[in-house]
Amino acid sequence: MARSTAKRAALASAALLALVACGDGGGSAGGGGTLVGLVTKTDTNPFFVKMKEGAQQAAGSTGATVQSFAGKQDGDNQSQVDAIENLIGAGAKGILITPNDSKAIVPSVDKARQAGLLVIALDTQLEPGNAADATFATDNYQAGKLIGQWAKAKFAKEGKQAKIALLDLNPNQVSVDVQRDQGFLEGFGVDVKDKKKIGDESDPRIVGHDVTDGDPSGGRTAMENLLQKDPGINLVYTINEPAAAGAYEALKAAGKEKDVTIVSVDGGCPGVQNVKAGIIGATAQQYPLKMAQLGVEAIAKFAKDGTKPQNTAGKDFVDTGVTLITDQAAEGVESKDSAWGLQNCWG
Amino acid sequence: MGPAELLGLRRMSTTLSKPDPVSAPETHRSPLVRLQHLLHAQATIGPAVVLLVAVVVFALLSERFLTPGNISLILQQVAVVGTLAVGQTIVILTAGIDLSCGAIMVLTSIVMAKVAADTGLPGVPALLLGFLVGTLCGLLNGLLVTRLKLPPFIVTLGTLNVFFALNLWYSSSATIRGTDMPKLLLWTGQTFTVGGTRITYGSIMMVLLVAAMAFALKNTAWGRHVYATGDDAEAARLSGIRTGRVLLSVYATAGLMYALAAWILIGRIASASPQAGQLDNLDSITAVVIGGTSLFGGRGAIVGSLLGALIVGVFRNGLALAGVDVLWQTMAVGVLIIVAVSLDQWIRKVKA
Repeated sequence: MARSTAKRAALASAALLALVACGDGGGSAGGGGTLVGLVTKTDTNPFFVKMKEGAQQAAGSTGATVQSFAGKQDGDNQSQVDAIENLIGAGAKGILITPNDSKAIVPSVDKARQAGLLVIALDTQLEPGNAADATFATDNYQAGKLIGQWAKAKFAKEGKQAKIALLDLNPNQVSVDVQRDQGFLEGFGVDVKDKKKIGDESDPRIVGHDVTDGDPSGGRTAMENLLQKDPGINLVYTINEPAAAGAYEALKAAGKEKDVTIVSVDGGCPGVQNVKAGIIGATAQQYPLKMAQLGVEAIAKFAKDGTKPQNTAGKDFVDTGVTLITDQAAEGVESKDSAWGLQNCWG
Repeated sequence: MGPAELLGLRRMSTTLSKPDPVSAPETHRSPLVRLQHLLHAQATIGPAVVLLVAVVVFALLSERFLTPGNISLILQQVAVVGTLAVGQTIVILTAGIDLSCGAIMVLTSIVMAKVAADTGLPGVPALLLGFLVGTLCGLLNGLLVTRLKLPPFIVTLGTLNVFFALNLWYSSSATIRGTDMPKLLLWTGQTFTVGGTRITYGSIMMVLLVAAMAFALKNTAWGRHVYATGDDAEAARLSGIRTGRVLLSVYATAGLMYALAAWILIGRIASASPQAGQLDNLDSITAVVIGGTSLFGGRGAIVGSLLGALIVGVFRNGLALAGVDVLWQTMAVGVLIIVAVSLDQWIRKVKA
């Protein structure tokens, strides 16, 4: 009895090992040379999958080796701490990290920098920003501002009074969430009061905020509830395109998809498809592939001659750019159409 | 020193040879104790009362709350978790727990959608394939629990990761758009109209699944075996119930339920997203617990779990309509869980 159980357990674990061995066990690529660590928030989100791709491509051209790590889920700081320690131990020359917790990761980053590594934050700044050697990121406030300005121009042209719903990420008020939300409101011409705080505005045009977890399911539920609060909503800001897709389903179910404008941020391929299909009015496209490529190149350069990357003029980070994608260009707001967006999209 | 102990002390003076029937309340029992007995006999009364109170309160807070349209919305919003909870309940009735339900759901939703999108497989076989995958995932859980004699918590904690990883690998983390899949997969999100209110087929499907499972648990030998196995597995085995088979059937059936939940999920978001449902395992357990099913097995009901899912849905929707911050919505659900389990413990102290 006991022996057969042991045998079964052994069989089960052997099967599991075989399964794992079939998968991608290593997670490193390139041809020796400089070791670069890439530590992303998760390895499930297409945004980070794309980042990994960009890093691998740059590794090919610079002769570096990239080793990738990720948190288990959004907010998982511990796995990222472990990854940094492993990379220091492995003799990496530099680390690219999208921090899950901008503050909590700082001591580990300090340790890496003291050991002589170049640490670059991607996509999300550390707190304080200068805890990393450099940051390569989208200006999320600018991304929000662009879609806000576009919506303002559109509503002014049509002579409509806006009733705004804001679909945010989660209750934690993380920097990306706050910057996009507040940037959008400022771009639209709303007094945002405290720039670092979602929901302290008193503008009567705002119907309300709700959270989506950045996925379609959450987007749909949040939109449904806000529509119940005020069926007259005609402008919807969403934290990202999956949430926008969910919001659209809720509007469609209520028969309102024709009278409501949705704006979003990301510029992933499914999102740009939705711009083309008229589901999303405008989205602010960002470039994760470029972030990672520039990051690997910067570390390769640092390994060669010790030079560190320079910030974009007037900003405390290297701005990897953001482009407004829409098929309804608005007066005075620079944009590209969905065809261009599809050529430059990720995921 | 609760009322039950007081009652116990009082009982000492009565003759012990005559057990008093539960159904005949005596005059010297306090109303609280009578309530306790009532709840012990009817596990679903507790959550039903909570739901009723919540509905009344939110109806007073917002005039939009009790409109047919809003009620239909709440049903839509809980359809996925409610269906998961059907599977979760039968697992918990056998004193198990299933942490892998969300992962099984996401995996099956991706399989249904991706196979159809990639190979042009029509809707019916794609659905059936999804149901098969869900059932097999559940069966794997059951085999690990019964054959390797591992605790269900550990088994499903493990398979949760295995299934989730398979889902990411098969989907390459990419969402499959509704436009690329057969219409049948999206059917659960379609609506029909009753008296001007639009209701989704998905929410009706969830209610029917609850009814069917409630019937099976109440009126079939299998249902009685499930309760007996959960109440005392050893006693059940000695009385001739093949508890191993009962457990296998329970986990496999639960897997099928998760596949049905996957169908409802696809209809709700009009796509299949590998990122979806990551916290739905906890949400389904929350519904089951608030619905009065005991985590120790053998006591509870499917209808209670539906009420539990509805209570959470009503709280979230009602608080949102009242303009309450998401923070406090989350906290309200937390308090609900504690209250529900305390109530459950209190009921279990009943002296029959």
